Amino acid sequence: MTPSRYDRLEAAKPMIECREVHKYYGDYHALRGIDLTIRAGEFFSLLGPSGCGKTTLLRTIAGFEDITSGVVLIDNKDMAGVAANHRPTNMVFQSYAIFPHLTVAENVGFGLRRDPRSRAEKAAAVEEALAMVGLKGYGARASHALSGGQRQRVALARALILKPKVLLLDEPLSALDRKMREQMQVELIKLQRQVGITFVLVTHDQEEALVMSDRIAVMFEGQIAQLDGPEALYARPASRRVADFIGVMNFLPTRIIGDTPNGVEVDLPGFGRVEIPAANISRANPDDEGPTVGFRPEAVSIVSTGAPTQSRVTEGTIDEVVYYGDMTYYDVRLDGSDGFGAKVRPIRIAMRNVFGREVQEVGARANVSWSPGSLVLFR
Amino acid sequence: MASGNRSQAVQGYSLIAPPFGYALLVLMAPLLTILAYSFFKDGYLTIIREFTLENYVAVWGDPIFHKIMLRSLGVAALVTLVTVGLAFPVAYFLSFAVSPQRKGMWLFLITIPFWTSYLVRVFLWKVILGYNGVINSGLKSLGIIEEPLTFILYNVNSIVITLAHAYAPFAILPIFIALEKIDRSLLEAGRDLGESRAMTFWRVTLPLAMPGVVAASLIVFIPTIGDYVTPTLIGGGKIPMIANMIQAQMLDLDNRPMGSALAVTAMLIVAILSLIFVALNRRFLKVRQ
Repeated sequence: MTPSRYDRLEAAKPMIECREVHKYYGDYHALRGIDLTIRAGEFFSLLGPSGCGKTTLLRTIAGFEDITSGVVLIDNKDMAGVAANHRPTNMVFQSYAIFPHLTVAENVGFGLRRDPRSRAEKAAAVEEALAMVGLKGYGARASHALSGGQRQRVALARALILKPKVLLLDEPLSALDRKMREQMQVELIKLQRQVGITFVLVTHDQEEALVMSDRIAVMFEGQIAQLDGPEALYARPASRRVADFIGVMNFLPTRIIGDTPNGVEVDLPGFGRVEIPAANISRANPDDEGPTVGFRPEAVSIVSTGAPTQSRVTEGTIDEVVYYGDMTYYDVRLDGSDGFGAKVRPIRIAMRNVFGREVQEVGARANVSWSPGSLVLFR
Repeated sequence: MASGNRSQAVQGYSLIAPPFGYALLVLMAPLLTILAYSFFKDGYLTIIREFTLENYVAVWGDPIFHKIMLRSLGVAALVTLVTVGLAFPVAYFLSFAVSPQRKGMWLFLITIPFWTSYLVRVFLWKVILGYNGVINSGLKSLGIIEEPLTFILYNVNSIVITLAHAYAPFAILPIFIALEKIDRSLLEAGRDLGESRAMTFWRVTLPLAMPGVVAASLIVFIPTIGDYVTPTLIGGGKIPMIANMIQAQMLDLDNRPMGSALAVTAMLIVAILSLIFVALNRRFLKVRQ
C-alpha cells in the first residue's frame, strides 16, 4: 500500500517551528506560549474567532511583528532579527494588496527585480505564473479593473512566482462570495499539491479549514486549544469550546455513574445508561455546570420502526422541522429526557433528503438510532 | 429609473445653481472684460472700442515682457520645488509617524500660520530677513559676520523663502491626503516581496503619492506666478514679476488694453504649462488625478 498523504507529511522535515512564542502589545498578551511544528509540504490552518491571535501568529512568521519571547524557526533557521524581506515566506494579504499603480504583469513580477534572469525570461515566468492561477493573457490589464476573485489570483501568482518555502494566506477567501469561495478552496488545494509549497492559512471559517487543511490548529485567546487533522477535530474535539466552535453539536447534561475498563458510564436523559469510550472523553468548559455529552446532528438518525439496525434506538417526538433542500433538520424531544432536573432541549438531527424518504412532520413519533461511539463526554 | 435619475439631476443642479451663478458672475464677468479689453485700442486715457491685435503683437515682441515672464516662471518653479520638497517629508511624517489621535492636532498646528493675514506674514519675513533684521543683527551680535548678509533680502532668494513658507500648508495637505489613502498592506506587500524599506518607498509609496505631489505643485506654481505682494515688499520692487508689470500697465500707465493683453498672455502661458505638466505626469508616471 502506498503511504497516505498524512503519513508522508508525518515523515517530512519540519518547515516552521514555534517554541514558547509570546507576544505582548503593551499589556495585552496576544500570543501565550505557542508551540507548533508545521511540516514541509503541509497545508496548515490557523482557525479561531477574531482576536484569538491567529493573524498575529501569521504576521509573526512573516516577519511583520516582533515576538516578545520565544523562538521561530523557518527551515531550521532562527528568524530572530530577520526582516520580512529576507524571510523565505510570501504572503497573500486579506485585502490582496495589489499595487494599484501597476498592471497585472507588473504586480506579478514585482518581486523579480533582483532576479538575475533576462527581461524576456522574467516576462515568461510572469506569464507562466499567471497561467498557473488561470489568468493567462491578463498581464497587460490595469490592476484596478480586476474582480475580487481575479485580484486574489494575482496575489497568489505574485507570491508563488518567487517560489517561497512557505506561503502565508491571511483570510484570503473572506472577501469572496460563497460560490467563488468554494471554487477557490478547491483550486487552492490543487495548487498546493501542484507546487508542493507549505501553505499556512489563517481563517475564522471552520468549514474552510476542514475542507482545505491537512492539519488545523484551533486557537482561543492566544493559545492553541487543539491541533489535529480535520476528521479528528470534528469527531473528537478536545474541549467543549472547540466543539462549540467547529460545526453544530448537541449538548446534553449528564450524570457520571463511574469509570469502566473501557471508558466512563453515564446516565444520559432520553438515552439511558451509556458507556462512552475512553477516546471520546474531553475537557468541559470551566463555566459548565457539570459534565455534558455532545454529538453531531448527523451522528444520529431517524429510522423507520421495525427496520433492522445494529445501533441502539430510542424514541421521541418531532418538535420542529427545518427543510434545507439537500438536508432536513429535525428537533426531536426524546422520551424521558425531561426528568433530568433542568429542562433538556430537544436534540437536533440532520437527515440527508434521499430519494424515496419522506420528510417527517411536526408532532410525528420518531425512532432515533445512535451508537455510543459517536458521543463525546465533556467532563 | 431614468426619470428618477433625471429628477435627481435636476435637484442637484438646482442645489448648486446659486453658488454656480455667483461664481459665474464674479469669475467669468471680470475674465471676459479683461479678454475684451485686450483686443481694444488704447487712446490714452480713453479706450477705443475697435478690434485690434496690436496689444498682443506688442506684448510678444517686448523684451521686457520676455524677461519678466521668464523670471516669474523661474521664481514660481523654484518656489514650487522648494515648497513641495520641504512639504513631502512633513506630510510623510504626519501620515506615517504621528499616531492617529494626534493627527488632528498636527494639522491644526500646520494651518495656524493661515490665520494671520498674508500681508502681516510678508512683513514678518521682512523683519526677519532685513538689513537690520533678526538674522543679520543676531549673527552680528554673535560676531559671526561683520557686515549684514545681503543675499537674503531684496532678491529672488528672499522671495522664494517667503513664498515657500506661505504656501507650505497648500503643499502639505494634498500630499498628506495622498499618503493617507495608501493602503498600508501595500507597503507590507512590498517588504514581503523582498524589497527593503527604501526600495518599497521608491516603488510603492512615492508612485502612489504622486497625485498629491502633482496637485501640490500646481497649487503652489499657479498662484505664485501671479504673486504681486511679495515681489513688491520683499523684493523691494527691484525685481518685478509679471503681476507687477500688469499692475504698472493697468494703473501707473493707465494702458488697460495693454495690461489686459499681458494678463491674458500670462494666463495662457500658465495654463499651457500646467496642462503639459499634468500630461507629462500622466504619460510617464501614470499619475491619475
